[in-house]
Amino acid sequence: MKNLILLIPLLPFLGFLINGLGRKYLSKTLIGIIGSGVILGSFAISVYAFLNLGKFTGEKVISSSARILGNPVLHYYDFIKVGALRIPFAFQIDQLSTLFLLIITGVGFLIHLYSTAYMHEEKQDHFGRYFAYLNLFVFSMLLLVMGANFVIMFIGWEGVGLCSYLLIGYWFKNVDYTKAAKKAFVMNRIGDLGFLLAVFWLIAKLGSVDYSYVLTPGVIDRLSTGDIVGITLLLFLGATGKSAQIPLYTWLPDAMAGPTPVSALIHAATMVTAGIYMIARSNLLFSAAPLTLNVIAIIGVATAFLAATIALRQNDIKKVLAYSTVSQLGYMFLALGTGAYVAAVFHVMTHAFFKALLFLGSGSVIHAVGGQQDIRYMGGLRKKLPVTYTTFLIGCLAIAGIAPFAGFFSKDAILLSAFASNKVLYAVGLLTAAMTAFYMFRLLFITFGGSFRGTEEQAHHIHESPAAMTIPLIILAVLSIVGGFVGIPELFMHGGEKLADYLSPVVASKEIQVEHSTEWILVILTTVIAVVAIIIAWMRYRSYREERKTPLARALENKWYVDEIYDAIIVKPLNKLGAFVNTVIERGTIDALVNGVGKAVNYGGRQMRWLQSGQVGNYVLLMVISMVLLFVLQFFLRK
Amino acid sequence: MDIKYYIFLSIALFVIGIVGVLTRRNAIIIFMCIELMLNSVNLLLVAFSKMHHLANAATSATAGSEGQLFVFFIMVVAAAEVSVGLAIIVMLFRNTHSVDVNFLNRLKH
Amino acid sequence: MGITQILFWALAAIALFSALMVITSKNPVYSVLWLIVTFFTISGHYLLLNAQFLAIVNIIVYAGAIMVLFLFVIMLMNLSKDTEPQKNKWLKLAGAVAGGCLLLVLVAALRNTETRMTELGSGNIGLIQNLGNVLFKEYVVPFEIASILFLSAMVGAVVIGKREKKRVEDEIADAEVVKTEFHQNEPSAFLNR
Repeated sequence: MKNLILLIPLLPFLGFLINGLGRKYLSKTLIGIIGSGVILGSFAISVYAFLNLGKFTGEKVISSSARILGNPVLHYYDFIKVGALRIPFAFQIDQLSTLFLLIITGVGFLIHLYSTAYMHEEKQDHFGRYFAYLNLFVFSMLLLVMGANFVIMFIGWEGVGLCSYLLIGYWFKNVDYTKAAKKAFVMNRIGDLGFLLAVFWLIAKLGSVDYSYVLTPGVIDRLSTGDIVGITLLLFLGATGKSAQIPLYTWLPDAMAGPTPVSALIHAATMVTAGIYMIARSNLLFSAAPLTLNVIAIIGVATAFLAATIALRQNDIKKVLAYSTVSQLGYMFLALGTGAYVAAVFHVMTHAFFKALLFLGSGSVIHAVGGQQDIRYMGGLRKKLPVTYTTFLIGCLAIAGIAPFAGFFSKDAILLSAFASNKVLYAVGLLTAAMTAFYMFRLLFITFGGSFRGTEEQAHHIHESPAAMTIPLIILAVLSIVGGFVGIPELFMHGGEKLADYLSPVVASKEIQVEHSTEWILVILTTVIAVVAIIIAWMRYRSYREERKTPLARALENKWYVDEIYDAIIVKPLNKLGAFVNTVIERGTIDALVNGVGKAVNYGGRQMRWLQSGQVGNYVLLMVISMVLLFVLQFFLRK
Repeated sequence: MDIKYYIFLSIALFVIGIVGVLTRRNAIIIFMCIELMLNSVNLLLVAFSKMHHLANAATSATAGSEGQLFVFFIMVVAAAEVSVGLAIIVMLFRNTHSVDVNFLNRLKH
Repeated sequence: MGITQILFWALAAIALFSALMVITSKNPVYSVLWLIVTFFTISGHYLLLNAQFLAIVNIIVYAGAIMVLFLFVIMLMNLSKDTEPQKNKWLKLAGAVAGGCLLLVLVAALRNTETRMTELGSGNIGLIQNLGNVLFKEYVVPFEIASILFLSAMVGAVVIGKREKKRVEDEIADAEVVKTEFHQNEPSAFLNR
C-alpha cells in the first residue's frame, strides 16, 4: 500500500527522466504516450487511494456522525536527522491531499493529452523537453500536496516554481519570454523566503514541522500569539508569491508567455492554488491568528477587485484569462480569510475545471487562427469552431456564477461567508463578481461573435481542433457543469455540503449563522447581478466596434501602471544600490583588500627572495645566526 | 681538572669547525670541518664520562662507560659517513670538474 | 700545577692552533695534515683522561684511515694547488662574526656552571677490558647493527662512485652540458645583488 502510494509521484518522475534523457531518440508519438500515460497511471492510483481512503488513514466510519480518526501518515525514511530535529520523508494521504491529487492528476492528464496535439508542430527534442518539464512539474506538485510536513511541501513548492520558470521560458529564444520567466521566478522566490522563514520559525519554536504534530490544538496553544501571527503572516507571504496575490501578483499575467496548456495546468489549475492548499492544510494554525485572517481577507478581496478591473480592458485573450485567474485566486483568499476553508478548497476545485477549460479553449482558438492572441483581430469564430465555442460558453457561464454551473456554488459559498463576516468585503466581492461576468462575456462576444476581422489567409486557415484537443475540452466542460454539485448547499438540497462533510476530518468548516431567507436573497442577488452584467456585455459587444480611449480605460489597459510603479520604487533603487555596492564596496573595499593582500605577499616574496639563494653555505649561516639568537633568548632574556 | 675547561675547549673547537663550514667553499675542507666538529663533541663526551665515573664509582664500577661507547659508535657512523660523502664528492668532481659548493645551488630551482 | 695540567693546557693550545690552521690553509693538503695534528692532540686528551681504547681507535680510524682517504681523494683530483675561487669577503666576515658570536654566547651561557671535577690519569673504565665487557654484554645489538650500516655505506659508496656505462663522446658532452648549466646558475651568488 505504501509502495503503491509512492508510485503516484514516482511515475511522473519516471516520465520526466525518460522524456528528458530520451528526447532526441524517442518519436513524438512515444513521448506523448509516455508523458500522458504516466499521469494517467498516477490518476488511476489516486482514484484507487480515494476509493480506499479508509485503508490508508485507518479511519473507521461507525455511523453517519461518528468516526475514528486514523493516522494518515506514510513514513518512508528520515530525510533530515540533526540532533533533536527529525524531519521524515513521509506522505500524508488524507481527504484534503486526496482531493488535490485527483485534481492535479485528473486535470493534469487532460492537459497532457491536449498538449500532444497542441505542441505537435514543435521539433522533436523540444517536444520531449516540454513533456519532461510538464512531468517534472506534476511530480513536484504531487510532492507538494502529499508531503506530511512543511519541509517536503517546501521541496515541492520550490520544484513547481522551477518548472514554472522552465515552462514560461519554454520558447527561450524570445528574450521577452525569458524575462517573463525570470520575473515569475524572482517574484516566487520572494514569497518562498517567507515560507522558509516560517518553517525555520516553527522549527525554532516547536522543533518539528510534521503536520501531525504541529497542527494539533494542544501544540498550537504552546505558541505565543506573536509567534502564531508571525508564522502565519510569513506563510501567507509565501502564498502571495505562489498564488499571485497583491503585492506579488504581477508575474502571473506575464507568465502567459508559456505555451497555453502550461498556463492551463500551472497558472490556473494547480500551482497557483498551492498557496490555498497550504493555508487550508494549516487551517488550525491560521484560525488561531485572527489578525492574519483579516489581512488575508483584505488582500484577497483587493486582489480580486484590482485584477477584475484590469481584465475589463485587456485585448490579449490569455491576458484576460490570466487576470481573471488572479481575481479568482483573490476570491479563494477571501474565503480563507473569512474562515471558510472548505469554500476555498471547493472553489479551487471548480476553478481548476472551468479555468483549465477556458485556457484550453483559448489555446484551441489561438491554434485555429494561427498564433494570433489579440481578440481585436478575431471574431465570428462561433460557426467555425462549434465545439470550442460551446465549451468556452460553458466555461464563461461557470466562472460568471450562473446556476447550475460549477462556479455558481463555490462562488456563492464564498460570498455567503464574506457576507457573514463583513458587509464591505461582501460588497466588493459582489462587484467583482459582476465585473467577472462582464469581462468574460466581453471576451466571448468579441472572440466568437460578429464577423472575422483577421487576414484572408487566416480566415481560410481556421478549422476546428483535432480530437485530442476537443475531448479534454468536452470532459472539462462536463466537469464544469456537474462539478459544483459535490458542494451543493443545504439550501437547495437536503443532505448537501458533501464536500464539507468529506473534508471535515482535516479542514474545519465554519458554521454560518444566516437565515435561509437571507441566503435566498443573496443567491438571487448574485445571479441577477451576473445576468445583468452579461446583458450589458451583450449589448455593448454584440457587434464589435473600437473601444473609446478614456484616461481610465488607458490606465486599465496599462494594468494600473503597477509594473511601472514597481519598477520605479523597487527595481530602480535596487539597481542604484547594486551599482553603489558594486563600485564602492565590492571594488573599492573588498577587491582592494583582496588584491592588496596578494600584492603585499607578492612584494614581500620578491624582497625575501634573496634569502633563497640555493647555496647551502647561506642556509648554514642563517642557521647559525638563528641558533645564536635562540641561545640568547634562552639564556639571557628569559630570566 | 675542572670539567669547565673541557667544555670551553670543545666549544672552541666546534665553533672553529662552524666557521670553517661558513667561510670555505671547497667541499673537502667543509667535510673536514664537519669531522672536526664531531671530534670536539667526542672529546666532550669522554670528559663527561670520566666526570660521571668519578662521581658514581662507589655505586657502580662501570659508571660512565656509556659515554665512551657513544664515542665509539660516533666513530663508526663517521667512518661510514666519510666513505659515502667522499664518494659523492668524487662524483661531483667528475661531473663538474670542481668541488666548489657554490655551483651546487640547485636547491633554488 | 701538576704535570697532567701542564699537559692539558699544552694539548689544548696545540689543538686550537692546528684547528685554526685547518680552516685557514689555502692548500687542502695542508689542511688535512693540520687536521691530523688536531686528531693527535685529541687522542692525547683521551690518554690524559685514561681512555686508552678510544685514543688508539681515534688514531687508527681517524688519523689513519679517514684522513688518508681524504688525502687520497685530494691527490686523485689534483686539488693540491690552491684552486679554490675566492669567496666573497663580506660573506667570509659574516661567517666569522657569526661563529664568534656563537662562541661568545655559549661561553657566556656556560660560564657560571657549577664546578664538577673530572678525573685525569686514573679510573679504568676506558680500558679495553672494561669497555669490551660493556660493549659485548649490553650493546651487542647496536654493535651488530653498526656492521649493517657499514655494509650499506659500502654499497652506497660503490653505487655512487660507479661510472655509468656510456659512450665516451656522450659522457664528455654530458659533462659539458652540466658544467655550462652550473656556470649559468653561478651569477646568482649571494651578495651580488
